[in-house]
Amino acid sequence: MALLEVRDLRVVFQRRGTEPFSAVDGVSFDVNPGQTVGLVGESGCGKSVTSLAIMGLLPARGNKVTGSVKFEGTDLLTLSNREMRDRRGRDLGMVFQDPLSSLNPVIPIGLQVTEVLERHRDMPRKKAMVEAAELLDKVGIPDPTRRLSEYPHQLSGGMRQRALIAIALACRPRLLIADEPTTALDVTIQAQILALLKELVQDTGTALIMITHDLGVVAGLCDEVNVLYGGRVVERAERHQLFAEPRHPYTHGLLASIPRLDAARGEKLVPIKGSVADNIPWDSACAFAPRCPNALDVCRQVTPALEDEDRRSLRCHNPVLPGTPAAQEVPA
Amino acid sequence: MLRFIVRRLLQAIPTLLILSLLVFVWLRLLPGGPAGALLGDKATPEKIEALNKVLGLDQPLVIQYFKFLGRILTGDFGSSLISGEPVMTEIGRALPATIELSMAALLFAVVLGIPLGYLAASYRGRFLDNATVIGTLVGVAVPVFFLGILLKKVFAQDLALFPPSGRQDVTIDPTHVTNFAVLDGILTQEWDASADALWHLVLPAIALGTIPLAVIVRITRASVLDVLNEDFVRTANAKGLQATIVRRRHVLRNAMLPVSTTIGLQTGLLLGGAVLTERVFVWGGLGSLLAQGIERRDYPRLQALLLLAAVVYVLVNLLVDISYAIIDPRVRTS
Repeated sequence: MALLEVRDLRVVFQRRGTEPFSAVDGVSFDVNPGQTVGLVGESGCGKSVTSLAIMGLLPARGNKVTGSVKFEGTDLLTLSNREMRDRRGRDLGMVFQDPLSSLNPVIPIGLQVTEVLERHRDMPRKKAMVEAAELLDKVGIPDPTRRLSEYPHQLSGGMRQRALIAIALACRPRLLIADEPTTALDVTIQAQILALLKELVQDTGTALIMITHDLGVVAGLCDEVNVLYGGRVVERAERHQLFAEPRHPYTHGLLASIPRLDAARGEKLVPIKGSVADNIPWDSACAFAPRCPNALDVCRQVTPALEDEDRRSLRCHNPVLPGTPAAQEVPA
Repeated sequence: MLRFIVRRLLQAIPTLLILSLLVFVWLRLLPGGPAGALLGDKATPEKIEALNKVLGLDQPLVIQYFKFLGRILTGDFGSSLISGEPVMTEIGRALPATIELSMAALLFAVVLGIPLGYLAASYRGRFLDNATVIGTLVGVAVPVFFLGILLKKVFAQDLALFPPSGRQDVTIDPTHVTNFAVLDGILTQEWDASADALWHLVLPAIALGTIPLAVIVRITRASVLDVLNEDFVRTANAKGLQATIVRRRHVLRNAMLPVSTTIGLQTGLLLGGAVLTERVFVWGGLGSLLAQGIERRDYPRLQALLLLAAVVYVLVNLLVDISYAIIDPRVRTS
């Protein structure tokens, strides 16, 4: 049985006086124990909202979440606030994008680690402090005992993200969600943090949902990748398969827009034209059609379904043919 | 922390010096003088000149100022031109009443204001929030003396729930220790005196505390709303912490920073409101000393009162800075 089964997850934002907006529009995917699954897409594709919906961290008002999020068989969406609070931090951990703003500036690091231990592992403060130092040590923070009494502003960006990872993993959750955990960090630190995450999930057997717009992160980390566009999964495949043979024109475009060191001199980067603002609703079309180099008439008339084929799921009327090299695609 | 406090205290010295100069010059720019006011109808230019000589007001202003400065450094603020009593004795007698009233008003404003502001923020956009926002707008706009008279009319005269004026009932003969009526009752275990003093405090404290209350509610509400949107609150929720801990440790503590500044500013402003409130409720604090002093151009008394206000203001701001440093580690280290 999968550890996490997300089925037909929908998040509709509705503010008074505005049209309802589906940020997540029927997303389904599985995460197996110990597996690392990537949710990939550009800003506004619904990947962060998906993670917040799984965690039950969306604002209490102004949105409607439907579908199901089964964690070890229990639908998290049916749990009460209180029941969700018992699970968050214990069964499900989360690491956020900006480590500085994600830590409380007026509370020492130590307390920010121990409070989660006190909450879920019933540790008294003193014992939790010892454990917290061990946790900080494990995520590679030097001199952890001294760090416990320091405040977030006294730590470097990388150290802060390490501390947040220590907090998220303090109660050994079975699922960790990392929402763009390296975006706010220096490039040199990014690789360290990714390596740390990889090592920790392997050591502890924690399943990981990696949310990113960076395919480089996916390449180094994920077992399986879900590519999201306009709140829906447009392509899902095992990592090697996806990189070797992207079939959806969007995935193909994402890969083509990565600068490569082995590219020929003078070769131009190929961006995906337009922006998310060009999306058309999924109701009776493919949302990506206005930006798609492969778009046919049918793409603007019929919503493509997510169809399973040999170990891959694809939502496209006119997929990229196998064997088309990513760099050759030249849109108008 | 101690160095921080000492540094801030030293910084207060030039502030107070400048204020003393301003107070001195400003008073002497007022039309009319103490001699004319003292002599009243009988004033002739010759008599005024003679009296000015006696009072030392015929000397150049610069010399007067430095004499004044020299005296206050030794704690001598001179004697009131009205009563002839040393100014410090007068103030010492009236000050406890004003402090007691101000503290009561502040307590009312803070104890009610912070939870109300927090509640409004938690129910943003709903009835409770809207009612609070409108209510505080009215609260800020109502003049102190008007609210005082209104409270007195309704609750003291019409409903007779509270005493209309004074600090204690005349039938009570309390033992004076500190001249803080409530405190004296506790110290001497004259509980009825304390209770009666508290009873007398209610209406004036509400009258004086309403504006600070409204301001504190609004600032708390805005500040809590800001903090609720912060990433670290989301982190705290992602940890599964109990709602009460998220509220207290993560939201409120951060939200208190702007609120503590506001409380400080409002404390400084209380003195002005206290003068009016004391007038309405015949309180007999600094308010009547000040009002009478202005009417009669009593320079020594006014100088002492204005400097006292300045000292209070500086001290309150120091307290705010200290509270900032306690709440926010980033202030301590910088």
